[in-house]
Amino acid sequence: MRFSLEKRDYRSKKMTILVPIVSLLVSFILGAIVLSISNANPVRTYAAMLKGAFGSQTKIQYTIVKAIPLLLCGLAVGIAFRLKFWNIGAEGQYISGVIGITWVMQFWTFLPTYLLLPVGMVVGILFGAMWGGIPGLLKAQWSVDETLTTLMMNYIIIGYAEYLYINAWKAPRGNMGTILYPEAAWLPRIWGRVHAGLYIALILVVILWFVLYKTRWGFELNMIGKNQQAARCQGVSIKRNIILAMLVSGGIAGLAGVIDSAAVTHQLTKGVNSGYGFTGIIIAWMSGLNPFVSILVAIIMAALETGSDALQIMKLPSAMGEVMQGLILIPLLAGSIFTEYRLVLHAKHKEAGV
Amino acid sequence: MSEINTDETPVVRMVNITKHFPGVLANDQVSLTLHKGEVLALLGENGAGKSTLMNMLVGLYRPDSGEIYVKGNLVEINSPQDSMALGIGMIHQEFMLVGNMSVAENIILGMKDLPFIPPMAEIKAKITELSKRYGLQVYPDKIIQDLSVGEQQRVEILKLLYRGADILILDEPTAVLTPGESRDLNEILKKMLAEGKSAIFITHKMDEVMEFSHTVQVLRRGKSVSTCSTKSIKRVQDLANMMVGRDILFSLDRGPFKPGDVMVEAKDVVVLPIGGGKPVLDHVSFSIRGGEILGIAGVAGNGQQQLTEAITGLLKVDEGSIYLNGKDMTNKTPLQIIKSGVSHIPADRGRMGVVGDMSVGDNLSMKKYRTKELSSHSVIKRNWVRKFADHLIEVFTIKTPNQDTSVKFLSGGNIQKTILAREIDSCGGILIAVYPSRGLDVGATEAVRQNIIKQRDKGNAVLLVSEELEELLMVADRIAVMFEGRIMDIVNAADATTEELGMLMAGVERRNI
Repeated sequence: MRFSLEKRDYRSKKMTILVPIVSLLVSFILGAIVLSISNANPVRTYAAMLKGAFGSQTKIQYTIVKAIPLLLCGLAVGIAFRLKFWNIGAEGQYISGVIGITWVMQFWTFLPTYLLLPVGMVVGILFGAMWGGIPGLLKAQWSVDETLTTLMMNYIIIGYAEYLYINAWKAPRGNMGTILYPEAAWLPRIWGRVHAGLYIALILVVILWFVLYKTRWGFELNMIGKNQQAARCQGVSIKRNIILAMLVSGGIAGLAGVIDSAAVTHQLTKGVNSGYGFTGIIIAWMSGLNPFVSILVAIIMAALETGSDALQIMKLPSAMGEVMQGLILIPLLAGSIFTEYRLVLHAKHKEAGV
Repeated sequence: MSEINTDETPVVRMVNITKHFPGVLANDQVSLTLHKGEVLALLGENGAGKSTLMNMLVGLYRPDSGEIYVKGNLVEINSPQDSMALGIGMIHQEFMLVGNMSVAENIILGMKDLPFIPPMAEIKAKITELSKRYGLQVYPDKIIQDLSVGEQQRVEILKLLYRGADILILDEPTAVLTPGESRDLNEILKKMLAEGKSAIFITHKMDEVMEFSHTVQVLRRGKSVSTCSTKSIKRVQDLANMMVGRDILFSLDRGPFKPGDVMVEAKDVVVLPIGGGKPVLDHVSFSIRGGEILGIAGVAGNGQQQLTEAITGLLKVDEGSIYLNGKDMTNKTPLQIIKSGVSHIPADRGRMGVVGDMSVGDNLSMKKYRTKELSSHSVIKRNWVRKFADHLIEVFTIKTPNQDTSVKFLSGGNIQKTILAREIDSCGGILIAVYPSRGLDVGATEAVRQNIIKQRDKGNAVLLVSEELEELLMVADRIAVMFEGRIMDIVNAADATTEELGMLMAGVERRNI
């Protein structure tokens, strides 16, 4: 018996659905191996994690609250990825958004209170868009490699945010963190801890789906992502679209930061570099850049984070959740080969089976 | 060519090979025999199943049924390594070479039985010995990216010879070569045959069949329709008919020459290379009137492609100006130029002409999606796009399972028809066609040429860049010859001769002819 890969003549629809599901299962099996090595019973650990993520109303609420910024970051990264622009700076764009809204909440006191939240959100989105737009501009104008610029700009803004909440914008009391936003300017809650950001995120999913699949701009992004040279020949401006897509991508990542700070933390403080922007990369990739699928993936990722808190009860480090997140991407990337290729089994003689 | 001894055991025998792909029967009970010292020409249209059949011989595909015998033994070929072990090697259309490595390094790349540190001196000596023996002039220390396409092909051949291949499969080897290089290849082949090697030659060019082969086997729609000795062929026309299964028009319908207003005018256009040096376009001037086809002749790489890219706004013009439909469009964006009425069939259809991963329907609407016909308020009208695409598929007889199929799954001819359909449908008076029939079979070539002539008869201005003088003489009204970025001369196609054009293409000034 021998195996070999044969190229398919059509992209397999069945496989594009099957691969993410199977690779999720494979990653849980891999996780089980890691758990066994750490002397933990995998079944009991997974049960504890599941209970930790969905075991009660409060826990479900926690999971949803985490899923909201994750979903938005996934959407943000997904737009850039459509153009094959590898934006790994959603983390920084998220923080930039938090800085934007915090600036408004702290210093734009001339505004009536009811305007603080909407204006703060807009400014935060613009801050995120700016932080995403700069690498976009650098790439479009001078072909500066975006993986480096987006990654490095994360560290610039993380450092700057630290300076702000430890030093320049620190509240008079305590040793870090800005003063809390005025309570009237918080994003309202709709179900327990779940806040109105959920509506914003879901509406954005629908809007993005429409823009990406139904409009001329979506069509152009698709063309550029799949064959930049052909798109250029058809009169599509590559530079303009790279900058535009990065403004939108950064803006959405900024929105994620804006929503989370207006609804959950109510300030700029330690922990603003939450890792949501990086997890967004996994979400974008796993969802196949489809906004609706992103919802599901974001919930799975959020559940892994909230569920891993339960691991401490089992005397396991909560970092095990991050291990699981990392393990999810590997089988997926490896498995995506089956959408374009199929495995052929060769029996010793001439009969070939599929 | 020498006689073939058909009594000996054939070196390759493929018996009743069948291969299915989803929705397509690529090979249907095809049998093939190759003798020692023989060149077999495998002739057929695009999508006839020639490459599929050969890919099974080198282990890239496996047959659904049928048997393969090599030198008399029933074999199972599961990978290119298996086929190499049997002495079978294939040279693909796209070369498999590493650009920034040397010739010698490329030749030994991937060989399993080498010591950890390869004895380079020995290897180079063997390469030199082989290249002398077969007249393949190649320097082992040269870097691949500094070599011409013809030289790279020689490296590919050497790679197979070095590994001891005695059955060579060449997939359209002359498609990328200049006439001189093709003649060299012929000489190399002859030397290899004299050493007892055999070759299968995939092609769709009639003259090559006549020139290179002992035997010709014609495939049509996956079936073998005829196998005969090349000597027995009386007329080339008969071969063409066998290949397409109907009579081919070797002359094209064209209306009388009725030139209108000047629609394209280039005045002293200069384009300098990035980083300086000799201009790639050197004071190029010409004009094209409506109802006229201006052909551009020249050996590939003499500035033809840069000229078309300068007109379509893809390449920045350093000096001079370009007028399109009466307006100065020098250095305008590609979109502005498209809107001024220019359609463009680009040279590299896979990379510039289509988006392979998008559907046929999407590719057909890639120009018109911005018009009111297919979108309103920047939302694409999907059902209109579908109707529009189905209409074009029918009018231009694009062979595709449906409009949702990804373009990359179509044959070369049908990809070109997709581009042609899109560009002709959206044409606003000026058509720029670059190597439009390159690599196409007789049927598709005829369709492409006829469509281009139709544009001229409608009163559009056409710029046709081609490497084939025959095509230019048949299709164009006037022919401009380019050499090293300059236009050597512009002649009337009716008065031009191949010899005269050939001299101009080689850079011989008019006064010296």
